[in-house]
Amino acid sequence: MYPRDYLYSREHEWLRIEDDLCVLGITEFAQHELGEVVFVELPEVGQVFDTNDELGTIESVKAVAEVFTPVAGEVVEVNEAVVDDPELLNEDPHVDGWLIKIRFSSADDLKSMMKAEEYEEYVQSGEA
Amino acid sequence: MSEGQSLKRTPLYDCHLEAGAKMVDFAGWEMPVQYTGVIEEHRAVRTAAGLFDVSHMGEVGVRGPGAEAFLQRLTPNDVTKLVPGRAHYSGLLTDHATYIDDILVYRLAAEDFMVVVNASNAPRDFEWIASRAAGEAEVTDESERYALLALQGPRALGMLAPLASPNVSNLKYYGFAQGTVDGAPALISRTGYTGEDGFEIYLAPEHAPGVWRKLLAAGATPAGLGARDTLRLEAAMALYGHEIDEATTPFEAGLNWVVKIDKGDFLGRDALLAQKGSGIGRQLVGFEVRGRGIARQGHAVVSEGGPVGVVTSGTWSPTFEKALGLAYVPPEMAAPGTPLAIDVRGKSLPAVVVATPFYKRPKPG
Repeated sequence: MYPRDYLYSREHEWLRIEDDLCVLGITEFAQHELGEVVFVELPEVGQVFDTNDELGTIESVKAVAEVFTPVAGEVVEVNEAVVDDPELLNEDPHVDGWLIKIRFSSADDLKSMMKAEEYEEYVQSGEA
Repeated sequence: MSEGQSLKRTPLYDCHLEAGAKMVDFAGWEMPVQYTGVIEEHRAVRTAAGLFDVSHMGEVGVRGPGAEAFLQRLTPNDVTKLVPGRAHYSGLLTDHATYIDDILVYRLAAEDFMVVVNASNAPRDFEWIASRAAGEAEVTDESERYALLALQGPRALGMLAPLASPNVSNLKYYGFAQGTVDGAPALISRTGYTGEDGFEIYLAPEHAPGVWRKLLAAGATPAGLGARDTLRLEAAMALYGHEIDEATTPFEAGLNWVVKIDKGDFLGRDALLAQKGSGIGRQLVGFEVRGRGIARQGHAVVSEGGPVGVVTSGTWSPTFEKALGLAYVPPEMAAPGTPLAIDVRGKSLPAVVVATPFYKRPKPG
């Protein structure tokens, strides 16, 4: 269920590393908790964020969730497809539902993130 | 609720799990918030029929020769206009005419009434009614006697009629009959909380799962509390704790039609007369969001930099595919077309006042 080559945060974001870029999205668990997504608010290309800054928000009918960046860096690309069709986040949160690409400034931020098996345990434990 | 106390379950708990429900804590009950999804369930109610378990609501019996006079003095609507087989929407008001709860009052017989109350207020409402009856009427807590199913949507009649007696197509809106559904004794009322045609079916708990399954087999879609909220909001129906509470009068909430001020004295009447004279200081309006985002309960309506009102309920509407909601604003900002600015997490979200209800079901024929 959770791609083995991704890293995961406790706030249910995933990261996929592509050279010096991180692709970021929210996990299957997160989209399930949210319900049908109706609005996605993403940052602008060029915006710079610190570790754990709020990047944007995802709204479903009944809830709003903030998206935090596990890594510091600059936004280089934003997934317009998700802004136009928020349901993508529910349908394919791990691939087509990617949110942003960040050029990250330090690999140190990645060290505290979870691997797939650890994240799976985390969501199943009921602490998530 | 004390720590470690488990949630209450309705007789339909197993049915919900069977139907794949996501269960949540609502007012101390373990209730289905959704099955396949809020939007899908909402649209099923608007286009076909949805089936809700609302057994957690409370029922209070009020009986005796003094019952009518007692309820007439306790509530703002006119109980003397109810004939057996009729119900009306009303309230329990304080001395200040603010809401303890909104209620339905059913007249079963000349001296036999059933008051239906919100789950979140049920114990308090029972105490409120019982403590004021003081020998005038017999007040009993009947909540354990009843499971309650709500079948709502344009196809509700078609699904229920073959299973029910007497002929439910003859029931007028807010009319009810005591008959049977699938052979089980039931009180069937043509009432609901969705803005659609539909029925609320009061049953003994042991019969509820059978009737639930029969109605699903007839084509009803199980619908949860999530869809219940988006549906009632499109119909601009009040929800206790949002549009109405102990700081709100019926006039402020736009529920003037519930108040029959000339019927004689009732609890809260003096305060309502005073408010009629002085005018209301705030007014409940409907709004549509014009920017990107959803305004929700608690978000401030701002003007000239400061808060002037508050959103009581807000959501994304599955029927209109836009964010809309209800808010209290100063009366001078209440006219449809008035622009509003709503503070959503520090950002100003533009909205506009619109007439309510947002949704009115299409007239048949």
